[in-house]
Amino acid sequence: METFKRLKQFYWPYKSYFIWSLLALLIVTGMTVLYPVILQFTIDHAVRAENYELIPYLALAIVAVMALKGGAVYIHQYFGDLFGITTVYKLRNTLYRKLQYLPFRYYDNAKTGDLMSRLTGDVETFRFFLSFGCAQVVNFVLLVGFSMTVMFYYSVPLTLVTLAVLPFLAITVRKFDKRVHPGFRGIRKSLARLNTKVQENVSGMHTVKALSQEDQEINRFEKSNEDYRQKHLDISKIWGNYFPLMELLGNLSAVFLLAFGGYLTIQGSLQPGELVAFFSLVWYIIGPIMNLGFIINMFSQSKASGERLLEILDEEERKDEALPIENSNEFVGEVVFNEVSLTYGAKSASALKGISFEATKGKTIGLVGATGSGKSSIIQLITRFYERSSGEIFIDGKSIDQFTLGDLREQIGVVLQETFLFSSTIRDNLAYGRPDISMEEIIEAAKRADAHEFICALPDGYETVLGERGLGLSGGQKQRIAIARAIIMDPKILILDDATSAVDMQTEVKIQKAFREVMEGRTTFIIAHRISSVKHADEILVLEDGEICERGTHKELLNSGGLYRRIYDIQNQDQEYVLQQA
Amino acid sequence: MEQTTKRSRFHYTTEQIIEKPFNWSQMVRLFGFMKPYAWTLLPKTIFAMLIVTAVRVAVPIFIGVLAIDYAIIPGDLNLLYTFAVIVLGLYLFSWVANVFRIRWMNEIGQHMIFDIRTALFNHIQRLSHRFFDQRSGGSILVRVINDVNSMQDLFTNGVVNLLMDIVMLVGIIIILFTLSPELAILILIVLPIMFFISTKLRRKIRRSWQTVRVRQSKMNSHLNESIQGIRVTQAYAQEKENMDFFDGVNTDNYESWKHATRMNAIFRPFVEMSSAVGAVVLIWYGASLIELNTISIGVFVSFAFYLGMFWEPISRLGQVYNQLLVGMASSERIFEFLDEKPSVPEKKDAISLSKVKGNIVFEDVEFAYDESRKALQNIDLTFEAGQTIALVGHTGSGKSTIVNLMSRFYDPTKGRVLLDGVDLRDLRLDELRSNVSYVLQDTFIFAGTIMDNIRFGRPDATDQEVIDAAKAIGAHEFIVKLEGGYNTEVEEKGNVLSVGERQLLSFARALLANPRILILDEATASIDTETELKIQEGLKRLLANRTAVMIAHRLSTIRDANKIIVLEKGKVLEEGTHDELMHSRGAYYNLVKSQYAAMTDKG
Repeated sequence: METFKRLKQFYWPYKSYFIWSLLALLIVTGMTVLYPVILQFTIDHAVRAENYELIPYLALAIVAVMALKGGAVYIHQYFGDLFGITTVYKLRNTLYRKLQYLPFRYYDNAKTGDLMSRLTGDVETFRFFLSFGCAQVVNFVLLVGFSMTVMFYYSVPLTLVTLAVLPFLAITVRKFDKRVHPGFRGIRKSLARLNTKVQENVSGMHTVKALSQEDQEINRFEKSNEDYRQKHLDISKIWGNYFPLMELLGNLSAVFLLAFGGYLTIQGSLQPGELVAFFSLVWYIIGPIMNLGFIINMFSQSKASGERLLEILDEEERKDEALPIENSNEFVGEVVFNEVSLTYGAKSASALKGISFEATKGKTIGLVGATGSGKSSIIQLITRFYERSSGEIFIDGKSIDQFTLGDLREQIGVVLQETFLFSSTIRDNLAYGRPDISMEEIIEAAKRADAHEFICALPDGYETVLGERGLGLSGGQKQRIAIARAIIMDPKILILDDATSAVDMQTEVKIQKAFREVMEGRTTFIIAHRISSVKHADEILVLEDGEICERGTHKELLNSGGLYRRIYDIQNQDQEYVLQQA
Repeated sequence: MEQTTKRSRFHYTTEQIIEKPFNWSQMVRLFGFMKPYAWTLLPKTIFAMLIVTAVRVAVPIFIGVLAIDYAIIPGDLNLLYTFAVIVLGLYLFSWVANVFRIRWMNEIGQHMIFDIRTALFNHIQRLSHRFFDQRSGGSILVRVINDVNSMQDLFTNGVVNLLMDIVMLVGIIIILFTLSPELAILILIVLPIMFFISTKLRRKIRRSWQTVRVRQSKMNSHLNESIQGIRVTQAYAQEKENMDFFDGVNTDNYESWKHATRMNAIFRPFVEMSSAVGAVVLIWYGASLIELNTISIGVFVSFAFYLGMFWEPISRLGQVYNQLLVGMASSERIFEFLDEKPSVPEKKDAISLSKVKGNIVFEDVEFAYDESRKALQNIDLTFEAGQTIALVGHTGSGKSTIVNLMSRFYDPTKGRVLLDGVDLRDLRLDELRSNVSYVLQDTFIFAGTIMDNIRFGRPDATDQEVIDAAKAIGAHEFIVKLEGGYNTEVEEKGNVLSVGERQLLSFARALLANPRILILDEATASIDTETELKIQEGLKRLLANRTAVMIAHRLSTIRDANKIIVLEKGKVLEEGTHDELMHSRGAYYNLVKSQYAAMTDKG
């Protein structure tokens, strides 16, 4: 119950829908039970008593009962659904908002698939429970209660005899339930495995083909596929065993009804019409009991779903406590690191140790080092994707904490290592950071990133809609769009994290030349593997294991003969070789 | 698309058309999958189904006409008990039949689903690279999993229930007419009304649910993308803008849902009213027939029971029809994939090479991916066994096409490619492919242990062979340093391995596969300089003793090749060793120069 209490804020505002739905349900159930009663009355008091003048009134009564029921069913269902979907509408918006503001740290450990299943499956389970599940519990109580009342009124002994199967039915339902739910869980798990198998096969298809392992893959897939089939067959066996049994138990009570009810009728203690009504009423009780397991299970499932949703809602949002700056034009873009350290997780080793540097306005800082040396970590602190563990970072002389994340990031144009483009037009992808920018500015930026030409060659030019993750573009093209996207921000601080790794050298040279213009007056950070990309930097920081092991200009570093020199030599040995040849 | 008020920030195409109009030939093809079971499981299932249905249709007669008219009203207790025993017997009989009906019905369905999925998956394995390049992994996954699953209901319940419901309806109608033709005719007016509701009204409801599903899938696409792209969104401070967009999608979804649910709720009063019509006819006309002594009370009661049994089969028929339409859409998408031809068929009398040496010859080869665009022209090349050959050229010059022809991912449109003097088209495809391996730029890591991942190159390799391969490549050191050694669990998205380590694993994989011909497609492009140094040794080991063809940007890897081939726009411009080509000062020389101009920044 705790779970539902905590989710109250989402559904409680719409409680009136729920109340209306329940009131209507009361009428529905009442009218349902009334139908066999009218039938009984027709047989016993109109036909057998030969009061045929009553017939038209009874027919009218039927129409009235059904009309009332029809109307009530409409209200019950519509308002019940409305209760669920309105709640879920609000819940979805809240969840989405939450996701927007969770810190990077959260996403490092979160799996997209898991989040998606919460946002779709769990939300849906919760909705279904609100729309349908709650009312089912009430329906069960009402229908069973009403029917039993009428039955007892007709004949106490017959009721007792007919309902003698109920305990057996209840046991069967319970047993069935115990077996069927693990079965369904098995199916879900097996499906997940099958899904993973196919997904892996498809995304690794080039590798599969490269090593011609198709047959092996088929074998592996067949195993998962067989398992999935088997799980289904297992459960159908459970169904096949229990469902007919439950039906048989219900039917047995009909047989008792026929034998004992017939006996009572012949005895004269029961009217034939009452006997007929019993046949309907008994199913109003047996039916819901057969469904009872389903209802209970739905309740426990929605509770579990609610908990998973609360887990997201309970996550702590990223810290963003500063006051907005009044005049963003005053932003200069000076970055100072003072003994900054960073540790990602409690267990992991520190990613950065005692990093200090100064980047004054308009300066370019190059960052060099092997994968995992901490280059990316530095820029992730400038953008406050992560919070430093110790030390101080100053922007324009103020502690970085004094800027709101929005203000800070609006001043920073960052090209991330892994290019991500959205399913949107190229134009909107370019203008992602500044949706209101003019077309001229967009084209201008695209030209600088050497992207204009290939964009124009596409069938719809800037209006070309990109598929999932930029499907249809090459790696280099995607990177160039990402670069243009950063330029459009007109940032005071520009960050390029290995931004040109997928473009060929000639294009890179073009882009770099254009960059030099763009970088004019901005503080720039360049992370690169190729020495040629960083050699013009005002200061180059060479990182190793999270520490700065060398710093200086290209010339200074070459002369000092350290790690930088070594990398340079490797990359340049070819050049010397070529020069010898020529 | 463009609106005056506000442009839509994201575009999602819903590929999934949820249902399709009925199509006979496709239907026939789909039910072709039932063939293996048509003479085994299917007759048994239908038999069991007939028993269950017969009992259901018969019982109301025993309770109504027989028990009431002949036993209860006359007061014949013995006869009453006889009837009760008969009914009990029928119920027991039907119970047994029902157990088997459910079991067999599911067996047919699940086997068919299994068969379809297997056929689809196996077929996909044989499709060309182009097939996979043209669509996202997600869209293929959806077909193999969701589209196949969406036919589950149709095959397990749909088909058999369809028969059952028809039999039941017909059975009831016959009985009603036998009992009392006058009353039957009038009562049966509810049938067309119910059918009308079940089809016409249902169609409207179905359509409105379709809108819901389309909008929901749009919403889910956005959710998925917004999670994957969250870093960009936060980096560009676009949280609020995205929330506005999401609110729009969410509201659209809410509105369509509200509409659908209203349609759905309206349906119910109609159903109630149609039952009411039947009940009124029964009470009014039925009672007057009793008054005229045309029918007995027992017949009246039986009619009342049957009236209650109409709606279920009719409603289910409507459902089966829905399932059929869904099945149409899904099966169309499945058949679309199944009809996709593997680009290279194998000859019936394909030759098997006993021992491959690894000589490759291109004879006047031409290749075009489509009519307008020739990817290769007049290619005459010879790769001697054991040599290392480097292919150089800009993107689109035809490098990848050449290597793709070597393992017959495609066939040349003109000319031929020979392996050890035999046209590739005459060879057995699996043999050819097992002699040609690739090392790609991106190493794909399968979920499993490191051991499994290396073994992927040759599944029957022993642990020792795997370790030997890792040692030869120089991967052993880092593997044993991992917490679980060779049994460390890794996965594609995991971060246990660095880029360089992944590349070493792929080298070990290739070495284990031990192909005669090895193709390296930009295998070292995404590696930083230091890592590249580390893997140099492994690479040398890997290239030894086999024909190796590599595509590379970096001159350091190309320089030592036995032969360098320079390509431009699908033609061979130059070939020779590094020294020869540098001396001749042709295209290769210029390429090298321009690259170093880039390095030294004079350009």
